[in-house]
Amino acid sequence: MDILANLATGFSVLTWFTLSLAVIGCFLGTIIGALPGLGPSNGVAILIPVTFSIGLDATAALVLMTSVYYGAMYGGRISSILLNIPGDEPALMTTLDGYPMAKQGRAGDALVISGVASFVGALLATIGLMLLAPLLARVAYLFGPAEYFALYLLAFSTLGGIASNNQAKAALASCIGLGIAMIGLDNTTGMPRLTFGNLHLMDGVDFLVAIVGLFAVAEVFFFIESHGKGSSIGVKLEKVTVPVKDILKSGWTMLRASLVGFIAGILPGAGASLGSFLAYMSEKSIAGPTGGFGTGVPRGVAAPEAGNNAAAGGALVPMLTLGVPGSGTTAVLLALLMTLNITPGPTLFTDRPDVVWGLMASLLIANFVLLAMNVPMVKIFVRVLQVPPAVLLPGVCMVSFVGIFSLSGSYFDLLLMVGFGIMGYVLRKLDVPTVPIILGILLGNHMEDALRRGMVLSDGDWTYLFSSPISVGLWIAAVAGFVAPMFLRRILRKPQAITD
Amino acid sequence: MTVTLRALGLSAFMIGAAGVVSAAECIAPANPGGGWDFTCRQIGKILYDIGQVDEPVQVTNMAGGGGGLAFASVVNERGDDPDLIVAASQATATRLAQNAYGGATADQVRFVGAIGADPGVIVVAADSPLQSLGDMIDAIKADPGSVAFAGGSAVGGFDHLKVLQVLKAAGFDDITKVKYIGVDGGADAITQTIGGFTQGMTGDMSEIVGFLKSGEVRALAVLTEERVPGFDDIPTAVEQGIDVVAVNWRGLYVPKGISDARFEEWGAKLAAVAASDEWKAAMEANGLAPFTKVGGDFQSWVDGVIASTEALSREIGVIQ
Repeated sequence: MDILANLATGFSVLTWFTLSLAVIGCFLGTIIGALPGLGPSNGVAILIPVTFSIGLDATAALVLMTSVYYGAMYGGRISSILLNIPGDEPALMTTLDGYPMAKQGRAGDALVISGVASFVGALLATIGLMLLAPLLARVAYLFGPAEYFALYLLAFSTLGGIASNNQAKAALASCIGLGIAMIGLDNTTGMPRLTFGNLHLMDGVDFLVAIVGLFAVAEVFFFIESHGKGSSIGVKLEKVTVPVKDILKSGWTMLRASLVGFIAGILPGAGASLGSFLAYMSEKSIAGPTGGFGTGVPRGVAAPEAGNNAAAGGALVPMLTLGVPGSGTTAVLLALLMTLNITPGPTLFTDRPDVVWGLMASLLIANFVLLAMNVPMVKIFVRVLQVPPAVLLPGVCMVSFVGIFSLSGSYFDLLLMVGFGIMGYVLRKLDVPTVPIILGILLGNHMEDALRRGMVLSDGDWTYLFSSPISVGLWIAAVAGFVAPMFLRRILRKPQAITD
Repeated sequence: MTVTLRALGLSAFMIGAAGVVSAAECIAPANPGGGWDFTCRQIGKILYDIGQVDEPVQVTNMAGGGGGLAFASVVNERGDDPDLIVAASQATATRLAQNAYGGATADQVRFVGAIGADPGVIVVAADSPLQSLGDMIDAIKADPGSVAFAGGSAVGGFDHLKVLQVLKAAGFDDITKVKYIGVDGGADAITQTIGGFTQGMTGDMSEIVGFLKSGEVRALAVLTEERVPGFDDIPTAVEQGIDVVAVNWRGLYVPKGISDARFEEWGAKLAAVAASDEWKAAMEANGLAPFTKVGGDFQSWVDGVIASTEALSREIGVIQ
């Protein structure tokens, strides 16, 4: 088979040197992913100059960068599970079940399950990338403004049931997020909105600033309030074993979530966050109200992790075949390729098979290295919980400050982050979930842009939004996603699990 | 403190005058990944490789305000730093012309030179009925809504203005009727055009190279004076009777407060980069056409571009 022959060529990149680079990259990536405020895109961006200064060639640089990329996707889950602070934006959904599991003393289990789920998601996505990339690139041609708008609508329609039993509060939270997403330059008119003449706000609010503020800084405020006693951190520890039964039980969840994540990743603009979100929500609705999603179930950890890692692989499809970066990290990888004088686009697969297959091979290598590294390392990660919160929380906070400062080098973002911390504290006191706020910020701009572009193209004709089979299908799914939970609840007459 | 800084600046300058410069810094006013980042990294690397600087150029990414934050920082905090260069492009000029940098003006810095340009192009999908720029203009004159454009910049940005310039030159004055959507980058704009959601794409040559080769798009016109080497079958707008030249130049600006001698020196260094084989290879790989203007020449050229952009922006209502 052609693909196997190509892959064999690809694996010729495998030497002791590149293998050790992969190990280093995976390790660094895991740490970068685990630290709040540093996500995969920062990690890769920070390391690009390093690859040039130590004079790595194209293949070696690619191996290192893809290892860091996948490593960070794995690492993001660690602080989500242990601290309830997402290490990066795609790991947001993992807090919903990961942290409750840790609270029940199953932190080790959650880490192992999510590690395996990450592996499955990334592996399937890499295989999908190898087999179908040139074909899948055409999917992007089917998505115009109307289709994208319906896709984001689908995401928002299922938000109500996320993380809160109170639909109104979840809706309020997503509206806050959408409002924050409005800040910055309006793409359709080129006018600044809600920036109050402040240049720092022209590019909008960075979602990492919001995440670190709403989660990490708010957590510190809670800790201070409780005088270090009743902090929500301080979970129980138990012996770490491999929860084989749970992993097997989550098998189908991982497969389905990988598929959903991969598809979300292929669409430019949606990226890993939408992948993990849709994966989690679809598994949640499959499990139904009795599935216990949100209370700390293994499937609730497996779904988002398989989803976001599959989306990370999926996002490489438009990046390589169209030159359209599907996410922040792939934008940075695209830049790396350009600097190496490799121009991604429709002819990349035929022009530079060495690069493409070398990249695929290094993705596979990174994936296996990460699995081998992450499962045994769980024992070390859970040690973090033995650190007294009075030491741990300020430490995490300090790292977040440094991470955020490194984004823009401006103190303005730090102030904004503290502002978000205060907001997060107040909202949690009012029992308003903060996860929908982040999703609002992450997806709101894309959704608005899609709507406004559609309105420009159709001269303001709203029927344009229902003009293709794909958009109609997505609308039906969105309406079903919004209505179905209400009926299901009535039929089953069981109250949904309450989480905070 | 200022005295010490000046002294440091002076000593750095004296070393510079002696032929070697202490570590220079290049600010890319965006996150890693864009054109400005490319400019800093490539120029920085080549400056070092060909011995124009004696230490690797340090690249700093200072994203924010579409380059406005870096601009403000250079003007306010580093106004006389002789070792500082900042990546700039047509986007810098467009934003200055549209007062998008919070009141900052072009005369607060010195534009030292451009050493390459991405030619503007107007593209349609391979199966489009529009065969020439003339066809497209006729279609728009008949029904302005019939051809919608996608481009990688926001409304009022350079990609948008290119189309409007072409249409104005063709005698179509109702330019506010032209449909344009700004998407996330040129490749995304092409995707929308191939998908049939928009009928035309306006962008830079580098953005369409791969799609041209794969035969999925057709370029109706390139907005340069001469046809671009390597793309000789794409006619210029000029030869189709539309006198418009619009290129996205890649270059640098420096703080205003540096000495004239230092300004000239940076210009010379940049010219040396432009002449190097490495830069020629980098340009070819990235779809850039040669476009070298340095020193005073470049400054006056930029001033002209800014003035015309301002006039056009006023007409479409992007600025009042």
